[in-house]
Amino acid sequence: MSIIKTQDLTKIYVDHTVEVHALNGVTLDVAEREFTAVVGPSGSGKTTFLNIVGGLDNPSSGTVSIGDTDITDLKDNELIDFRLNNIGFVFQAYNLIPVLTAKENVEFIMLMQKKSKKERDSRVEELLVAVGLGDQMNKKPREMSGGQQQRVAVARALASKPKFVLADEPTANLDSKTAINLLEIMANLNKEEGITFIFSTHDQKVIDRARRIVTLEDGKIVSDVEQNV
Amino acid sequence: MYFKLAWRNIWRNKRRSLITIASILFAVFFAVMMRSIQLGLYSQMIDNVVGFYTGYVQIHSLGYWDEKTLDNSFEYDEGLIDDISKIDRITGVIPRLEGFALSSFGESTKGAMVVGVDPEKEKVMINFHEKIVDGAVFEPTDRSVLMGQGLADYYGLKAFDTLVLLGQGYHGVSAAGKYPVSGIVKFSSPMLNDNLIFLPLKEAQWFYGTDNRITSIVISTDDGNRASTLKASLAEKIDDNIYELMSWEEMMPELVQIIQADSGGGLIMLFILYMVITFGIFGTVLMMTAERTYEFGILLSIGMRRWKISIVLLIETLMMATIGVICGGILAMPLVFYFHNNPIELTGGAAEALLEFGFEAVIPPSTDPSIIITHALIILVITTLITIYPFFIISRLQAASAMRH
Repeated sequence: MSIIKTQDLTKIYVDHTVEVHALNGVTLDVAEREFTAVVGPSGSGKTTFLNIVGGLDNPSSGTVSIGDTDITDLKDNELIDFRLNNIGFVFQAYNLIPVLTAKENVEFIMLMQKKSKKERDSRVEELLVAVGLGDQMNKKPREMSGGQQQRVAVARALASKPKFVLADEPTANLDSKTAINLLEIMANLNKEEGITFIFSTHDQKVIDRARRIVTLEDGKIVSDVEQNV
Repeated sequence: MYFKLAWRNIWRNKRRSLITIASILFAVFFAVMMRSIQLGLYSQMIDNVVGFYTGYVQIHSLGYWDEKTLDNSFEYDEGLIDDISKIDRITGVIPRLEGFALSSFGESTKGAMVVGVDPEKEKVMINFHEKIVDGAVFEPTDRSVLMGQGLADYYGLKAFDTLVLLGQGYHGVSAAGKYPVSGIVKFSSPMLNDNLIFLPLKEAQWFYGTDNRITSIVISTDDGNRASTLKASLAEKIDDNIYELMSWEEMMPELVQIIQADSGGGLIMLFILYMVITFGIFGTVLMMTAERTYEFGILLSIGMRRWKISIVLLIETLMMATIGVICGGILAMPLVFYFHNNPIELTGGAAEALLEFGFEAVIPPSTDPSIIITHALIILVITTLITIYPFFIISRLQAASAMRH
């Protein structure tokens, strides 16, 4: 069953007086439980695509439907709430809140969802244990390694029980061993809990683990293949 | 969590937050000190004249204030005094008979205000017993005078010397008398100290030939700020076809003007101080907003509504402001109380200027809690207004572009 549908997405930036076509008619369906990598060279439109699918940016034309909701029609607050309740984000630079501990970073999402303390506590523990940080819960981001921070980011992305997780170059700042470890965690979450992951990446390790690879070039999909992992 | 987030955010850049807090602290400290000293000085000026002589409200015969002659005196009515005494928060209703006479001692002569008073009733106003520096206070039935120390020094006389008074009484009768000086009193106001001679009320009525007449009823209250309310209450008790009611502000407009002019200057200084502080805090908020645009983008992307991000920022700035205000208050209040109990004694030109106007050259800073409350609120309002800027930035922020910041 399709969870994300994009229809003829275009995104045109005006850089000084020059129009840059970051996306040029991208139409894509992503089904539930997919583990998809969006790949392509720098400037191919990967991040723009993820931003628009995640409701962080508006397309110049075209539509994005998440389930039954066309998010391009949503008002600002509705879109923020939609992101909170339906989409998890993992960023290249981890993007944790630096003054909060690992536990508080994960809990923060559920707090905004007005979840009870009991529910928050049990889910935070469950998630941090799942990403292998059960003993690091009270550390602040600056006290953790890059890999640990990215694992907290994955736990935070899953805290709201989202429909899918968008991960923009999640392994770009990690060493090979840590990257493999993180990919293992996400692959397990995909397999065992059925969470849909969409990555934008250059990283061959991520590409090797993805079951579907969508290649973008100059803002267009030039290939869309599935592979056995 | 929002409070926790705000609190921790403050300490992310300790040095900047401490500088901001310190600037608020000093703003509150200087504002409270300046205003306490100013209001204390005004209060002192008012008390010097109003609290110790004029009273907050006076009742006269209609037209007396415009033409201060004994012919505009009125019959002393004990019933009226009793009636007025029943009004809430009135601490004294004091009859006086005021006139002018030449005073003479030895070879010297000087014009003076000769006032008939009831020493018992004056205990809540002039209180001769506290001010006596030589001799003793006369009894209501005595035939002697009390005089200001300045005037006594002018003559070089002491208690038990004899003073001659010569003037014009009621309806032009001659007023003449020779009185022993029962005592010398010292007023804090040089204007009163240098010009006043007191007679017992009965003796003054005899001296001026007014029989049972007086020129004014002085009303004292334990709450000087309620003079206008008090005047309104009194207006219900007296016949305005016979009497006139005057508040101290009406009787001494020049004092009000001096205070207003000085207060205006002080407020301009405070305005400049607050402008400096406003730009200081604004600079902090500006930098904080610029530095954290990326972070605002993250918060937006993970689903935090714009107004919630703004509230966290507001809490942050209010927390810094509150810490600054509390510390400023803690620093200022002990000094204010210390100098209130040990007033600052002025010297040089400032002292001379005050003495010239008839006021004491000391400043006991005001301990009125409304001063610190007012300045705390001003800082909090300024802080709140400053956060409009990040609110505006956040309201227009796009998550994706903020994260490219």
